[in-house]
Amino acid sequence: MNAETRPLIKPLSSGVGNMASMKAVFSRDMKVAFRQRQDLLNPLLFFVMVVTLFPLGVSPEVSFLREAGAGILWVAALLSVLLSLDHLFRHDFDDGTLEQLVLQPQPLFLLVLAKTLAHWTLTGLPLVLLAPVLGVMVHLEGNSIAVLCLTLLIGTPVLSLIGSIGAALTLGLRSAGVLLSLLIIPLYIPVLIFGTGTVAAATEGAPVAAYLALLGAFLVLAITLAPFAASAALRISLSNS
Amino acid sequence: MNNVCTRRVSLECTRCRMSVHRPGYGALMSEPLLQAANLQCERGERILFRDLSFSILPGTVTRVEGANGTGKTTLLRILAGLNDAWSGELLWRGQSRVIHREEFLRNMLYLGHRPGIKALLTPMENLRALTASRRPVADTVLHQALAGTGLDGFQEVPCRKLSAGQQRRVALARLLIADEPLWLLDEVFTAIDADGVRAIETLLQHRAEEGGAVVVTTHHDLQLPGMQRIVLGGESDDEC
Repeated sequence: MNAETRPLIKPLSSGVGNMASMKAVFSRDMKVAFRQRQDLLNPLLFFVMVVTLFPLGVSPEVSFLREAGAGILWVAALLSVLLSLDHLFRHDFDDGTLEQLVLQPQPLFLLVLAKTLAHWTLTGLPLVLLAPVLGVMVHLEGNSIAVLCLTLLIGTPVLSLIGSIGAALTLGLRSAGVLLSLLIIPLYIPVLIFGTGTVAAATEGAPVAAYLALLGAFLVLAITLAPFAASAALRISLSNS
Repeated sequence: MNNVCTRRVSLECTRCRMSVHRPGYGALMSEPLLQAANLQCERGERILFRDLSFSILPGTVTRVEGANGTGKTTLLRILAGLNDAWSGELLWRGQSRVIHREEFLRNMLYLGHRPGIKALLTPMENLRALTASRRPVADTVLHQALAGTGLDGFQEVPCRKLSAGQQRRVALARLLIADEPLWLLDEVFTAIDADGVRAIETLLQHRAEEGGAVVVTTHHDLQLPGMQRIVLGGESDDEC
């Protein structure tokens, strides 16, 4: 065959936009999650269970619960996010979807951000929505419950974002679960302190704007930096696999 | 059986029709898509390969050969940019792959050992998700591509209910609609029946005739006219 007559394949110059491919990643993750609802329910059930067991195990007295309630809810939320982190990249890693994600022409940190956002929508957001009910259960006042939900709304995305770094780093390892907790918990502590601190201030009637601003700063920091770190960690994990 | 065979034929026909409709593109591209010089890769204490130099030209099929554990998959992952544990020089169209990362990725299709198919999604949803980031394709085209790989009627069945071979065919359906000039295919013939293997061989040959470049690792005895071969695992490696 004459080479000149070949209908040649042209190098592709234009591609799909960043937003469109982020949306595709996000919607696929949502679709997969809703096909496997028991996995969705697991962290949520854990959250409810821990908060319910505290009054039974420690003390059902109103004074104790009112004081410790916000802390209990925050710790439970933190642990249930931690519980779900292992799945963030694991399934994609096992079935090869992650390789395809890394080889997408769009910047990887945006795609990781989309995945993390999907993770938060599936685990963090339900916790925020459940928090008022559990807040009533531990005898928090109306104002405190509102502030608690606000701190969780700002705080849980930070948990997902920081967690994505740990999940990406421990991806290729066999005993990932333990290492993930050890890596991530120290980074969660500031979020926990400011989250519960805000609610404590609100209960005392002190202004909470400064606390919320600090939590917001955590969120901004996490959104801008965590996807970069997580995508770099993903590349390393894939390269070693 | 008869039924299955006609599907294979339709795969070829889809390919031909698409290539006929594809407009011709000006000048002949003779510059290599990928150039490797003195590639070396170590895994642990062992040197998998070293002093590996080759060019991947448009319009060629390259077969990477070697026994198990000689680094075929590793080489392909290095070419795709998934593995960083290598030294030497690797150029995309004469330029650095790091600087021209986006251009490189847009023009390269990698099908790994793990096919990138989500078991919970249907073949259509999988294919849609995989193509969405590269070039959005109309659903009817995706539907046809899946039918062309012998998955007609399975388009809306969750992939976990499909056999291993059928799941691989979902990934292979990408090849029927792919535009990328460079294909890196790792063990494409795994779990594919004899008819399917023939269809893939034909597809690869058509691809090369159209000016696409294909690099394939396989244990299957692939023989295509003008095929380039990269043989891994010579005696020098055994000494290390």
